[in-house]
Amino acid sequence: MPKRTDINKILIIGSGAIIIGQACEFDYSGTQACKALKEEGYEITLVNSNPATIMTDPDFADQTYIEPITADTVELVIAKERPDALLPTLGGQTALNVSVELAESGVLDKYGVELIGAKLPAIQKAEDRALFKEAMIEIGLEVPQSGIAHTVHEALELVQEIGFPAIIRPAFTLGGTGGGIAYNIEEYEKMVAKGLALSPISELLIEESVIGWKEFELEVMRDGADNVVIICSIENVDAMGVHTGDSITVAPIQTLTDKEYQLMRDSAIKIIREIGVDTGGSNIQFAVDPKTGRQVVIEMNPRVSRSSALASKATGFPIAKIAAKLAVGYNLDEIPNDITAETPACFEPTIDYVVVKIPRWAFEKFQGTDETLTTQMKSVGEAMAIGRTFKEALQKGLRSLENGWYGLDNHPLDDLPLSEIPSKLSIPNVKRIFYIKAALTRGMSIEEIHAYSHIDPFFLYNLKEIVDFENALCEPNTEKHIKQHLKNIVTDPGSQNGGADADVAKTVLQQAKQFGFSDQQLAEIYDVSEGTIRECRKDLGIEATFKTVDTCAAEFEAETPYYYSTLSSEDEVRPSDKEKIMILGGGPNRIGQGIEFDYCCVHAAIALKDDGYETIMVNSNPETVSTDYDTSDRLYFEPLTVEHVLNIYHKEKPSGVIVQFGGQTPLNLALALKEAGVPIIGTSPEDIARSEDRRLFKAVLNDIGLRQPPNGTATSSEEAAPIAAALGYPVIVRPSYVLGGRAMQIVYDEALLHEYMNTAVEASPEHPVLIDKYLEEAIEVDVDAISDGNRTVIGGIMEHIEEAGIHSGDSDCVLPPYTLVDEQIEKLKIFTYDLAKALRVRGLMNVQYAIRSDDIYVLEVNPRASRTIPFVSKAIGVPLAKLAARIMAGKTLNELGFTQEIEPAYFSVKAPVFPFNRFPGSNTRLGPEMKSTGEVMGIDTDVSRAFAKAQKACGYTLPLGGKVFISVKNKDKRAIIFIAKRLTDMGFELIATHGTAKVLLRNGMQSELVFSIGKGRPTIHDYIKNHAVDLIINTPTGDLHRPNELLIREMAIAHDIPIFTTIPGAAAAVNAIDALQRGDITVTPLQDYFKMLQ
Amino acid sequence: MKAILALTDGTVFEGEQFGATGEAIGEVVFNTSMTGYQEVLTDPSYKGQIVTMTYPLIGNYGCNEADVESIGPQVEGFVVREYSAYHSNWRSKWSLDTYLSEHGIIGIQGIDTRALTRRLRVHGVMNGCLSTDDLNPESLVAKAKAWHGLVGWDLVQRVTCPNPYAWRNGTVSHQQKGVVPLESDVNDYRLRDESRKPKAESYKVIALDFGIKYNILRQLTEHGCEVQVVPAQTTAEEILAAEPDGVFLSNGPGDPMPVGYAIETIQGLIGKKPLFGICLGHQLLGLALGGKTYKLKFGHRGANQPVKHLENNRVEITSQNHGFCVDIDSLPNSVDITHINLNDDTLEGIQHREYPLFSVQYHPEASPGPHDASYLFSHFTEMMDEC
Repeated sequence: MPKRTDINKILIIGSGAIIIGQACEFDYSGTQACKALKEEGYEITLVNSNPATIMTDPDFADQTYIEPITADTVELVIAKERPDALLPTLGGQTALNVSVELAESGVLDKYGVELIGAKLPAIQKAEDRALFKEAMIEIGLEVPQSGIAHTVHEALELVQEIGFPAIIRPAFTLGGTGGGIAYNIEEYEKMVAKGLALSPISELLIEESVIGWKEFELEVMRDGADNVVIICSIENVDAMGVHTGDSITVAPIQTLTDKEYQLMRDSAIKIIREIGVDTGGSNIQFAVDPKTGRQVVIEMNPRVSRSSALASKATGFPIAKIAAKLAVGYNLDEIPNDITAETPACFEPTIDYVVVKIPRWAFEKFQGTDETLTTQMKSVGEAMAIGRTFKEALQKGLRSLENGWYGLDNHPLDDLPLSEIPSKLSIPNVKRIFYIKAALTRGMSIEEIHAYSHIDPFFLYNLKEIVDFENALCEPNTEKHIKQHLKNIVTDPGSQNGGADADVAKTVLQQAKQFGFSDQQLAEIYDVSEGTIRECRKDLGIEATFKTVDTCAAEFEAETPYYYSTLSSEDEVRPSDKEKIMILGGGPNRIGQGIEFDYCCVHAAIALKDDGYETIMVNSNPETVSTDYDTSDRLYFEPLTVEHVLNIYHKEKPSGVIVQFGGQTPLNLALALKEAGVPIIGTSPEDIARSEDRRLFKAVLNDIGLRQPPNGTATSSEEAAPIAAALGYPVIVRPSYVLGGRAMQIVYDEALLHEYMNTAVEASPEHPVLIDKYLEEAIEVDVDAISDGNRTVIGGIMEHIEEAGIHSGDSDCVLPPYTLVDEQIEKLKIFTYDLAKALRVRGLMNVQYAIRSDDIYVLEVNPRASRTIPFVSKAIGVPLAKLAARIMAGKTLNELGFTQEIEPAYFSVKAPVFPFNRFPGSNTRLGPEMKSTGEVMGIDTDVSRAFAKAQKACGYTLPLGGKVFISVKNKDKRAIIFIAKRLTDMGFELIATHGTAKVLLRNGMQSELVFSIGKGRPTIHDYIKNHAVDLIINTPTGDLHRPNELLIREMAIAHDIPIFTTIPGAAAAVNAIDALQRGDITVTPLQDYFKMLQ
Repeated sequence: MKAILALTDGTVFEGEQFGATGEAIGEVVFNTSMTGYQEVLTDPSYKGQIVTMTYPLIGNYGCNEADVESIGPQVEGFVVREYSAYHSNWRSKWSLDTYLSEHGIIGIQGIDTRALTRRLRVHGVMNGCLSTDDLNPESLVAKAKAWHGLVGWDLVQRVTCPNPYAWRNGTVSHQQKGVVPLESDVNDYRLRDESRKPKAESYKVIALDFGIKYNILRQLTEHGCEVQVVPAQTTAEEILAAEPDGVFLSNGPGDPMPVGYAIETIQGLIGKKPLFGICLGHQLLGLALGGKTYKLKFGHRGANQPVKHLENNRVEITSQNHGFCVDIDSLPNSVDITHINLNDDTLEGIQHREYPLFSVQYHPEASPGPHDASYLFSHFTEMMDEC
């Protein structure tokens, strides 16, 4: 069928803020869909609250609504835009759930909007556990024994049949939120209660445990003519019991024979037909009993998913793009395969390499929480690596994580007693792969490790091969030859090209490379520098070669240059003679470095391509738009390490390399790359270093007469104490060179300071700890600016709502400033110009200031793309990252026509989203260490309404009436009076504990009394559990030894009750509620806001 | 032990031996299936060929008794990127190394199979010599060059059964020298598929064995056929005398042109009995109908080839293994084209307008590969019903 002509306008819903289980893979899929459908001539209306997405760039849709993704808001968009169709399958679970809500409530019928891709019954059948199970049995497939429970009582009855361990899966929750494995009745009751609360329809699936079974996934596509193809098969290294998002996974399947694989394929095809997904992609998970081969169906996602993004990157088959085209009527055989150009997309990709995906976690930010990996996803990002063997791909994957590992390293587990290893193998944890190595080094057998971990012996054997090879590297004779050869290289380069030493070195290094060892690993083994290994390798002619990801295992010629490195006999890269610029990406997502940086990299690629450069992207994150083969002229899917980047550099010889856009990842490589002769363009690595090095930066500020909070640096606890005492507590402490405020803390006394210096960081003369006076109750301001070396233009000034001291990534902020006066703004601008000049910025720069009365302090300067660049770009309608890339390539702001600062006549509010519901028991208190995973944007001509929209987009719908619980620290008692008064005026009832209630009463306000925790009942906990409170204002005392405060916040989060923990935050909320009471929310596309700028 | 693979164009790949030792000569071809190496190894159509798998890790799930397509490996040599010494699967009986060495097949691992594949794609398949005895590259290249190659060589004679036999479903022990079907079907994974349960009525089918794959026989049996397998040189008269309901023309190795006796037999059957041909059987049928065949540059070998069924415009993902092809333009008007390859528009299937006969170039019996085209076996029984 050719494309449909009966529909013209299509609504696409994005996935909102980045959260655990739903990250930038949905920007990748949504962006592909927007591009594909626009290409076909459809008008696209887009709703997504996340400004850091490429899809919300105004060029990708005709009407871009940066609005909350809730049914009522999307209904407003539908009423205004009247789309013909809604494509619900590309924006993750968020888009799917909202689409279902709109369909079920009759909104789609009311406005005549057709669901395309998947119809309502198909979505319901796939998502509803009971319907799904019934459907599977209907078509003769097996599912784990299971039952549905809607109450605790039903759940208790069920578990009697199913037995322990039992799996609890709440219906319609994202990434399995609220699910888990219960091994005993006590755990079970707890999980059931939590799961019922979290499931929007209070429904649980209680399932027979297939823990320890092998886990597989198939990515399936179907078109309107009922053609079905499997795009990719995936095998999980971690057995059933660990969420696939938290598992190390491998593509393709490694341990099934063709007979077994085809059976699974047949099942997958039957499933997609039975469920009735009309067109598009689905992900189907299976478990296989390793002893008998019994296959059971676990679940199906009737939409593109994280796995489909991975599958697309793993095979070169763009699932989301094709899904979009199928949704508008094309059949698979009518769409060409982009990679080969001459063959159709109706085929099954075959790959001739091994793909390994490894998750990246952020438990260090959520101390106190249980780090066991379960059926609920907890990782915040992932890296993918491609190699010709599992060993190579795994080791590349481990170093792609940028956790300080360069492969299957000697993790510091040497001291671990052997007796502790079994539990580390049997309880899934983030370092299990290293515990396996520890077990292997101590001689534990593959069978024994398998018995503990259930990891298939095939993978364990491959790990053993790595360990054995590493031992062989240290075998005395081999070691002697290699060390001698390395010595010769250093002392007398070029003299030792032959001889026994060189022969041994050549053989061994070659094999090491095929096993995926990095230069850095070898350097550590032989106790030389990485550079020496590199030199030795090059001297022996051992150079990385590049192979193509081509969907067809070389059967056809590939048109699309998508490469990975390996050591082999043939290099397929044929560099062109065009002028090239290489962009280094940001690697796996982590808290503090995520989609915002990928956004900047993508912009650089687009802008430089437009300027006629050949663009080369290097990145290891499969979720991103930057690793779409469409984004750059050439894509290298590689770890971001000096070795890998240099390999590519030497091959391609670009005239410039951009390190400013990928966050801290490429910056950490900048100096080493520059030393190796790589032309870094934009602000020089030395100038970047000047801004990062505390002493040098002080000099810069002194030169231009700017102030910092009083500060000092220390390399030891002893050195730190007098400095802190002189500054006066509280102080902010942090290590140098980090992103996302890693290990940054406010320290209130000397004891805490010692604790911090001795346990939290490893300070050294190269990496001292920075100690700043904490400016209490200052207003924090972020400024993003762009400079070409001569002229600097401010992109945006963002005023934080919360006071200084909370990481800027965790703060709500407003652009333009809403309380600053013109003089202050003028000063901030001048300071920023001066800083840009002093640091010789060519490209982007972000400055954080603290304003206390009339004093302005510089907190931090980052001469690189910041997390706020996409937000600012969307707020002012200027693509700052594109401009910056073109400046780095030699253009001036004048040439680019950006010389005027823009102050919009509307307000943009950015609000963070936190993953606390995934990490029960962890500290929910906000501070200088960033904890949010993503952000949303609210835009309105009224600042309070913009704030309300941002809150709504975060999932907190501000109440228009009801009860407010107020509990504030003594210092805030005065400030709360005004807020409480306004709330009562607006019709709210107050709830307070004794102390606060008394203060309120003295100011003429009645409140309902609750007991402080431990002093009687009811407490606020009871109110929260009963949903008898609608809003909470609770400012923490800063005393870490008051766990009750934490518990209030944790419970509020779990029960989705809006909570504000700062006075400014509460004030903003009150204003927002006031605005909402005065009139309904309206929706306006970005394109219309931008018209207001002209 | 070191092993060397040398091609006629002088390319030499040095690697490590696994399986048997010795020397093998054959046409070097690549297969892009990611699973199913045991089925590939045992497919008689690979007689005369040294096969390289494009998927780099081979041996992972070992070898077993059930996943065989003939009495044992048929390839001349086997080339992989990394042989997995560890085999992990609940059905695995032997390592691939053991399996190959017991059957005298030389394997080479550790070579850049993608570079080899690209060479074959760009320059076309070529002959090669794989050796662990002679490690002199020049000598090996010379041997490869001296070899006669597949064109014009009747390889069917090397793989057809010596005597007729009745097929019964079941597995075949790989140690047996003859075809000895076992009583029980250990392929229990297939029994769950309702559509594959044997039909009640029975058809008497004679299968001309040009190198037949067991899975064709299993499929025919499951579709209610009682199959008598006969040697390739059986004449039309002998077949007609047995009064079958239909005749099956099997797959097989090499060039169809020199297999004149079979073409003659088929010509004697056209219009007289329903015919169903697969792969070489399809090519021989094409020749018997007056068409021509030609050699493809590097053939189709894999499990992901998209084929369009022109009758309903549905696309089947098919398993393929052929180096020769029937020329679409050479067929008489009485023949309809039923299937076409979407990758390169080559002929994949034909049907006669008057006579009850049809054939496909690909492998509806899969093994290895997808089951999308298994409906063709029903098509055959329906055709027999009508006659």
